[in-house]
Amino acid sequence: MEMFWDILISGLLVIGGFFGLVGSYALVKLPDQMTRLHGPTKAATLGVGACLIASMIYFGVKEDELSLHELMITLFLFLTAPITAHFIAKATMLRDVNRDDLPKPEGDVDWAVYAPLSDTAASELDEVVEIHELREEEARQKKRVEDDYEGEVDDTVPPRP
Amino acid sequence: MIRRLLPHPHMTFLVIVVWLLLANTYTLNSLVFAVILGVIIPLISAPYWPDRPVIQRPLKIVEFTLIVLWDIVVSNITVAKIVLFKSNKDLQPAWITVPLDLHTPEAVTVLAGTITMTPGTVTAELAADGHSLLVHCLHAPDPDEVRDEIKTRYEARLKEIFE
Repeated sequence: MEMFWDILISGLLVIGGFFGLVGSYALVKLPDQMTRLHGPTKAATLGVGACLIASMIYFGVKEDELSLHELMITLFLFLTAPITAHFIAKATMLRDVNRDDLPKPEGDVDWAVYAPLSDTAASELDEVVEIHELREEEARQKKRVEDDYEGEVDDTVPPRP
Repeated sequence: MIRRLLPHPHMTFLVIVVWLLLANTYTLNSLVFAVILGVIIPLISAPYWPDRPVIQRPLKIVEFTLIVLWDIVVSNITVAKIVLFKSNKDLQPAWITVPLDLHTPEAVTVLAGTITMTPGTVTAELAADGHSLLVHCLHAPDPDEVRDEIKTRYEARLKEIFE
């Protein structure tokens, strides 16, 4: 039985190491930025996953203690890796990708990186500017009304030379 | 009363589980502390979570997770083969547009993350109106097939779970 666990654990470690190596090799070998992005996602999933399963089995069988915080590493990895990949892809789209090579999204919109007005901060700024202009306009109108009133007063009592 | 004490029950559960796993000791001690954190953190951060995702069919999550894990293993092997045995000039990278039927932000996030984590495809961008995803494939001789697979395999299941 001892033998079986040893083989299982070392097998998983070898698989993990192998996929980590392939992921790193992909970074060197693949031709451009976007294809290179595929390397790390591979190393991060099966490569790290196999090592973590090996660690869980090792502590469960050899050290006789329940060890589950490896699951946390998986969870954090699955939360952070897609976001990193997404941002690298966005930066690449802005810097190196020819816009005409990309397919268009459905409807008459563009991808979010290319659409400056979809930026929330910018549209919020527009709203603030609009409100400000409205207030100024109101103030101007108010002043005009007051001026007119003063004018009326002036009309009733015309100044005499 | 319960609603005011636990504004976000899923989050309370998640905080308790994450704390127990981080502490890596399963005693009454850490459970009590986990429950305290699980009550306090959602209470403090409740204003930042105005909408709660409604999960229609929780059991489907298990099925979805198993399918994704299986796909990760399978596509890892296919991508490893592509990297090791295919020369760069035979490689056919492709951009594809995936029109979305999902509308809740949580569901779209999960779908985008799933696409990135399965090797061979990376979610690059969301359309400005949030109704399409731009996906980059490492090697896709038939881009339509990849799109259909994403739609039937992942999106249909997420739609059942979230909407």
